[in-house]
Amino acid sequence: MTVQATDPAGGVPAETAAPPAARRDRLRFLRNGKTATGLAILGLFVLLAVAGQWLAPHDPSAMSDDVLQPPSLEHPFGTTQTGQDIFSQVLVGTRGVLVVGFIAGFFATLLSVLIGVSAGFLGGIADELLSAFTNIFLVIPGLPLIIIIASFLPDSGDVVIAVVISLTAWAWGARVLRAQTLSLRGRDYVQAARATGESTWRIIVFEILPNLTAVIASGFVGTVIFAVLSEITLAFIGVADISHWNWGTILFWAQSNQALGQGAWWWFVPAGLCIALLGTALSLINFGIDEFVNPRLRTAARVRGAIRMRVGFTPVARAPRPVPKGAGASEGSKAPEDSEGSERTEGTPA
Amino acid sequence: MSTPETTPVTTDVATAPPVLEISSLCVDYGVGQGAVRALHDVDLTLRRGEVLGLAGESGSGKSTLAYAVTRLLSPPGVITGGDVRYHPRGGEPVDVLAMTPQELRAFRWQEISIVFQGAMNSLNPVHTVRTQLTDVLKAHRPGMSRTERVERARELLSLVGISPDRLSAYPHQLSGGMRQRVMIAMALALEPEVVIMDEPTTALDVVMQRQILRQLVRLREELGFSVVFITHDISLLIEFSDRIAIMYGGRIVEQAGAAEIYRDPRHPYSDGLLHSFPALRGPRRELTGIPGSPPDLKAMPPGCAFHPRCPKAFDPCDRRVPRLAPVGTDTDRSVACWLNDDRRSGEA
Amino acid sequence: MKFVLQRLAFYLLTAWAAITINFLIPRLMPGDPVQSLIARYQGQLSSKSIASLETLFGLDQDRSLWQQYLDYWANLARGDLGLSFTFFPTPVSEVMAQSLPWTLALVGTTTLISFLIGTGIGIFAGWRRGSWLDGLLPVTTFISAIPYFWLGLIAISLFAVQWPIFPAAGGYDTSLVPGLDAAFLSSALYHAVLPGVTIVLSAMAGWILGMRNMMVTVSSEDYVMVAQAKGLPERRVMFSYAARNAILPNVSGFALSLGFIVGGTLLVEMVFSYPGIGYVLFQGVNAKDYPLMQGVFLIITLAVLAANLLADLLYVLLDPRTRKEG
Repeated sequence: MTVQATDPAGGVPAETAAPPAARRDRLRFLRNGKTATGLAILGLFVLLAVAGQWLAPHDPSAMSDDVLQPPSLEHPFGTTQTGQDIFSQVLVGTRGVLVVGFIAGFFATLLSVLIGVSAGFLGGIADELLSAFTNIFLVIPGLPLIIIIASFLPDSGDVVIAVVISLTAWAWGARVLRAQTLSLRGRDYVQAARATGESTWRIIVFEILPNLTAVIASGFVGTVIFAVLSEITLAFIGVADISHWNWGTILFWAQSNQALGQGAWWWFVPAGLCIALLGTALSLINFGIDEFVNPRLRTAARVRGAIRMRVGFTPVARAPRPVPKGAGASEGSKAPEDSEGSERTEGTPA
Repeated sequence: MSTPETTPVTTDVATAPPVLEISSLCVDYGVGQGAVRALHDVDLTLRRGEVLGLAGESGSGKSTLAYAVTRLLSPPGVITGGDVRYHPRGGEPVDVLAMTPQELRAFRWQEISIVFQGAMNSLNPVHTVRTQLTDVLKAHRPGMSRTERVERARELLSLVGISPDRLSAYPHQLSGGMRQRVMIAMALALEPEVVIMDEPTTALDVVMQRQILRQLVRLREELGFSVVFITHDISLLIEFSDRIAIMYGGRIVEQAGAAEIYRDPRHPYSDGLLHSFPALRGPRRELTGIPGSPPDLKAMPPGCAFHPRCPKAFDPCDRRVPRLAPVGTDTDRSVACWLNDDRRSGEA
Repeated sequence: MKFVLQRLAFYLLTAWAAITINFLIPRLMPGDPVQSLIARYQGQLSSKSIASLETLFGLDQDRSLWQQYLDYWANLARGDLGLSFTFFPTPVSEVMAQSLPWTLALVGTTTLISFLIGTGIGIFAGWRRGSWLDGLLPVTTFISAIPYFWLGLIAISLFAVQWPIFPAAGGYDTSLVPGLDAAFLSSALYHAVLPGVTIVLSAMAGWILGMRNMMVTVSSEDYVMVAQAKGLPERRVMFSYAARNAILPNVSGFALSLGFIVGGTLLVEMVFSYPGIGYVLFQGVNAKDYPLMQGVFLIITLAVLAANLLADLLYVLLDPRTRKEG
């Protein structure tokens, strides 16, 4: 019951990950432009999540007479049909999005590490069972399942939603971690630790887990992306608690009040852009991790005026070199025979 | 002491015209500040019909040299200087480095073919042997009909001792030795003038190695191509090649006939290499190996790159790079070592 | 065909797991939301449909869990998924039968199109690394981070409200009678353009990124180098050697990404009020129509499993290593 060992689309091939290299210089990872950009944007959103409540110029739920106003200085993102300030809603709503995203990411990662690493390390029947379990959850479409569970629950607060999401989101990470653990298990230093009688627990914590850091991190970030999208979707269709502000709730109210038909684009554009921006930031962080693990993926840095590298056609860039003649001189006796003499003989076939 | 077994054509080969001339070839990995030089001013001539051995530890630049010649180095490899001249049979020499991609495609395999290191991954896992043998014919021999191509593929397989009915096999259905033979058959498909063999037998067991190499020597006598034979196993070279060039740190450090290298290595590194592998014929040598490890391309030692590991290093070695210069009266033998340089005229 | 049989067994197991999850969810949840629904519709429900609902949601406290499970399977075997409250008194299975074709047509076609286009662009972007195609990467990353439904909202506001070129909602012109005639089909096609383009755009980004990365990884494989050394035409090296191998993980990934894509497309249907399963689910959620929601989940899961099996068969065709004799 093992699923094909081929790599997931877009994933990092299991074999190319070189964990020992990951230890070498962690800081290089931060110097990657993509990671830095991603972390910067994410940092901004975290700031808003913490301080959004105080930064918001209005109470997001307070109604006013400024009904359905387009963006202005007073209301940077305009107002709703009941005169609520959308800018404040977006600011206040950031917290719910990030909280759910990170809680779900945390629990899902925990589950995936527990199941994936155990499966990979234990092997045998335990692996077969855990893998089958993982693959089942991988194939069952997550969103409809989340919708059903969430709508059966009487309480649909942020934490409950986060836990429900994490229950359906761990399988991908578990699968990747299992493959990685499997390849680590065969490495010399793990074998050596086993031979010297170290306890399984110590081997997993001290030999295996540190080498899985990059994969776990990438799985975490991926789950956060999934969780944010799921949560916003739940809010948008009204399954999650709509009295809590988050970007999905804004879209829910926009949709149910016919914002589209009334041409109130400002009602749904800012929240959507925030989602996309947050998602992009998280993806960028993940690209950084992927490139860190699999250096082949790095986009070639384009130096100005540099030669274009192309697989199969090595570029020739003969720089004006200062010494070629001098080199010939020291080999005096040999040079003429090689370079000139032979060209002549070529004319007369041997 | 018996001279290693070489082909009877040795004397002819020594005076044969060149087929491939490499002069002051330089290769860098990377561009700009992070660039690392992998080949330094390499001069090498391959004569028509000879087997030229290239030896050295991993990282010495031997594979880089082979791929640079055909411009197959993967990014970030860049050829930064020198010339590669190919002399077609009865034609004007052509500059390989000046070729357009189109010319290069026509030139490849037709004139120079390669048997790659690690044949395990050299075959495309999703196509049959037939497809991979005939696509090269399709590309270079547009006039050939489909049946002619398949016929030729059958012929090639029997040439290397594989039953032609394996044509429809996929690579994963063949053993390692068989795959390597398929690669050799493929390399001979267009009857090229030069065949480069990059560690062609490293992944195989000793018996299989010899079997394949003997077959190769026989094929060379039949078809008359030249071979550049790259390996870190110098005892194989002594046995199977006419001439040997030894590389270290991106330079050729010694070049001579196989028998001369075996009898009287002039560079301490050559000597060390000879003491790293058991000789298959002749008296036993003591296996001492070479202490230390090959240099890091990013931090090459000054002077002769070998001096930190050299048992005979002396005054100029850590300051000035010795040039490859002829030894004594023998015009076909050269070495880059201060021990052998009477003039002491190398450059820093 | 050991590989296919193995996969088939796995999908049967997954189907069993999905059905069992469906059985357990209402029983594990606190409260009896269905009980109150039944109470509300008291007079209008036949005793037979009440019995069927009790079986589905475990309201019959006298029976053991095991007995309930057997009854549940028996109901499923008869195609009895209970009554829908939203479309009262239509059986859920009938609602499914009406909406499933719409979803299959829309999602099937658009997923296929986005896979083909995305993979194609990914091939070129991965092969020609460092060319202008690299500039597409930030754009695709951004698009892949946008929720499908939001892109749908934007599409409606631009091409249905601002410039009313396409209809904003529905699957066909309601003045027509559904049937296999030209007028109906062209109307259906016309209504499918906007949701279709939305799905293609959203789903494509993932395929581009995945295929590009695989092309980059495969390009440094030995056999690609050999193909270059052989002097084969560039098209042959690129498609027959590099892409032909790079696509394999993408095909096996296709199966896994499908669940995600289907989730996204359900939302697109909701936004466009498209008469498919997604819209039905939306209506079910709003009306707390539990039988309908569970039926949708079941049908979607089974459809995804079937699609997975198709992808596996394609994989067998593409990779000779899975066709080991025996």
